[in-house]
Amino acid sequence: MNTGMSIIVRTITRLVYALALVFGFYVIMHGHLTPGGGFQGGAVVASAFALYLVAFGAAGIKGHLSHHLLQTLEEVGALAFLALGFVGVGTAFFYNLLANSGGVFGGSVPLGPNAGVFNAGGTLPLMNWAVGLKVMTGIAAVVIAMLVGARKEETE
Amino acid sequence: MKKVAILVAFLFVGAFLLLTATSMRPFGEPSFAEMDDYFIANTQAEVAANNAVTAVVFDYRGFDTLGEATVLFAAVVGVLALFRKLREDEV
Repeated sequence: MNTGMSIIVRTITRLVYALALVFGFYVIMHGHLTPGGGFQGGAVVASAFALYLVAFGAAGIKGHLSHHLLQTLEEVGALAFLALGFVGVGTAFFYNLLANSGGVFGGSVPLGPNAGVFNAGGTLPLMNWAVGLKVMTGIAAVVIAMLVGARKEETE
Repeated sequence: MKKVAILVAFLFVGAFLLLTATSMRPFGEPSFAEMDDYFIANTQAEVAANNAVTAVVFDYRGFDTLGEATVLFAAVVGVLALFRKLREDEV
């Protein structure tokens, strides 16, 4: 009952899964340099989870991931994002206190076209990570919950 | 007691929002073209990020992103609540 799809889909999934994860995390980490960011990269990672679930069925993830853990991680991401918004509350809510400060992600960027400085952007990369964690775990929790619910419907 | 606490919190947040509203610019004053030029000209110096879109989303308009994140959170909670009953039957 719902043990996944054909051997072709499973083989392709094994090949693509790691690449999709790496690409998603790359989009999240380089959100302040390249197109994309937390939302987009999180959606890519969640789509990799969804592909794995569709290819191997819910039995393939039993014991590895639970939506309780994913839900907790989503809340951690949301609270981290909110906390980062409060970092600069002395000036204004969501004020970027870390930008150009010389500390964590506090580097400066040369004006005009340049190759990009990773250690810059202030709270932007941290917020990208928080939102990315939130989006990937949130959507994955939704997919797992829906799949488990659909399996229950099928067996009834 | 609980109602008093809620009222105090309501008044506090309301006063905070009114205070902020009085210090805002008049409606429609920075026109869209002005704001575009400002973002393009100042993003690299102010936010130290090459990606102006991310700078707008997470810095200049971070509050908007907080709303988006809240929408996603509400959607996830709604779906999980919807499918919870089925799981209780299963156990």
